[in-house]
Amino acid sequence: MQNAKDLNEIKKRIFPPMVEGNHTLASVSDKIGDVTLKKRTPFGWFVGFAIAFLVAQILLFTILYLVTKGIGIWGNNQPVGWAFDIINFVWWIGIGHAGTLISAILLLLNQKWRTSINRFAEAMTLFAVACAGLFPLLHTGRPWLAYWLFPYPNTMGMWPQFRSPLMWDVFAVSTYATISLLFWYVGLIPDFATLRDRAKNPYFKFVYAALSWGWRGSARHWHRYEIAYLLLAGISTPLVLSVHSIVSFDFSVAQLPGWHATIFPPYFVAGAVFAGFAMVLILCIPLRHWYRMKDFITDTHLILMGKVMLATGLIVCYGYAMEAFFGWYSGAQYELYMVKNRIWTGPYWWSYWLLILCNGLSIQLLWFKRFRESEFWLFLISIVVSIGMWLERFVIIVTSLHRDFLPSSWAMYSPTVFDWSMFLGTIGFFFTLLFLFVRFLPIISIFEVRTLLPEANVHGHHEEFEDNILMSQESEK
Amino acid sequence: MDRKIYGLLAEFDTATQVVDAARKIREAGYKKTDAFSPFPIHEMDEALGIRRSILPYLVFAGGVAGLLTGLGLQWFVHVYDYPIIVGGRPYFSLPSFIPPAFELTILFAGFAAVFGMLFLNGLPQPYHPVFNVPRFALATREKFFLLIETKDPKFDYEETKRFMHSLSPQEVFDVEE
Repeated sequence: MQNAKDLNEIKKRIFPPMVEGNHTLASVSDKIGDVTLKKRTPFGWFVGFAIAFLVAQILLFTILYLVTKGIGIWGNNQPVGWAFDIINFVWWIGIGHAGTLISAILLLLNQKWRTSINRFAEAMTLFAVACAGLFPLLHTGRPWLAYWLFPYPNTMGMWPQFRSPLMWDVFAVSTYATISLLFWYVGLIPDFATLRDRAKNPYFKFVYAALSWGWRGSARHWHRYEIAYLLLAGISTPLVLSVHSIVSFDFSVAQLPGWHATIFPPYFVAGAVFAGFAMVLILCIPLRHWYRMKDFITDTHLILMGKVMLATGLIVCYGYAMEAFFGWYSGAQYELYMVKNRIWTGPYWWSYWLLILCNGLSIQLLWFKRFRESEFWLFLISIVVSIGMWLERFVIIVTSLHRDFLPSSWAMYSPTVFDWSMFLGTIGFFFTLLFLFVRFLPIISIFEVRTLLPEANVHGHHEEFEDNILMSQESEK
Repeated sequence: MDRKIYGLLAEFDTATQVVDAARKIREAGYKKTDAFSPFPIHEMDEALGIRRSILPYLVFAGGVAGLLTGLGLQWFVHVYDYPIIVGGRPYFSLPSFIPPAFELTILFAGFAAVFGMLFLNGLPQPYHPVFNVPRFALATREKFFLLIETKDPKFDYEETKRFMHSLSPQEVFDVEE
């Protein structure tokens, strides 16, 4: 019979620990809680926040100018009637999807590594959806009348047109934003209670007390809480798949070559998760450095995220191959022309090949352990993938629209400075919100990390039994 | 006694201890009990005899209500109130109506899950007698607590206190009303 030390080593190899270092229930609460409560705000935070806030002002000025002058200040016009506004909308919404995937789907699949990254991934989702929503809202031209999109009895006797994919979008995105907010808030309630009980500053204590709604960790409450949390995960899973499917219907329901393809819903969902994981990596690599959270966001987490990125990236590449194949297999001259125009004869051929370089070739590095284990390479590949996913939407939208059925209506598209300033501005807005989140809320779910600690296990006979099975399996080998 | 007692609160150091103690409390016949912990302990449901919540049924009802609202709304708009032909499709074009109906199903089920949970838990509840025990602040950090309320028919201050001490807790506190 082997001894207990061997058993621990075997366990460690089969189930790599999700929390490193010698943490206890108290030290976990202190380490994560102190970022918001005790530590002096680091100087770097002020620098980062100032930069993000300044960039967000560009958004404000662009919106001001846009509202006074009208959407003519953007570069989109016939035949490219949709450009940056929908590219950026789809890009941001897609980024948000990784947050829901991590918080909901990985919860259902019992993937314990989600626990220390779900909180800020969900925050990322909310802020990305906020950025995404701005684009269609402002593209309506008169955003103060955007409530017309919702069905409400009115003196005009008008109703929205529910057979339109754009209307489906309104329902999908508003439901997605609401459910994501609820999911995030429910996850925060026990952590607000922890902060309430630890805060020394009376104002902070009051605010956290109000936000915790009087949570006291009662067993009866936890019982219902866990049911609610699991059910929310259960309904968020089909929700997140439906949202990007519906976004893809905006295109695939139209007759336009390059848009009218059945591959779109799964291909868009995979692309969304791909882009989202890239953004999670971009955010969590610096975050775990600056806030010394490497015990919670371990190298194992980064490696696993790299693998998810590789898998979804390959699905996306399959989508690119199928798009071209559908065009050829259809035998329709317009579809064939679209493929040729997009890939080599058209004026935007470079955008297609840049896309393949960013999304197709760069991720092949992730096959190798060396690159998956390097923070630098993961960060770099994530940035390249984010650019690639933006290019993907550019290729789908612009190269399909600019040359449709009638050569007499062909035209080129180029963005104006206001297209760029609006896009850049939303990036500033996104990071402004993220900096505020990191400062005022617990960036890692404290109560869920507690459940990962060995202390959280209630010891009983079944545990001994499982250990024995594990040992006998090992000795057979 | 000049102060009113809400119940007795025992503090424990580990999850295993608190679950064992909860089992003993239940076996001793106490009904008005509760446990407090910094994270959910699944064994506690069985130990304290917590019955399965009706929440899942509420969520299901919420989902059905959302689906009916979605389909009903679209029927009302496109068949009853303002029938208009779009793209040669019938007035009640079900395939086109599925996405909004689906989203409303999710939305209402989500509301039912969150607000149903808060309602059944009686939250928000800013004040509760257990907060009067200063050590209780550790229930959201690292300690575990068991409560027996005075409302319990078996409750007798002296005897219950002795019983709770027999569970070998760190300490037993009087919870003032």
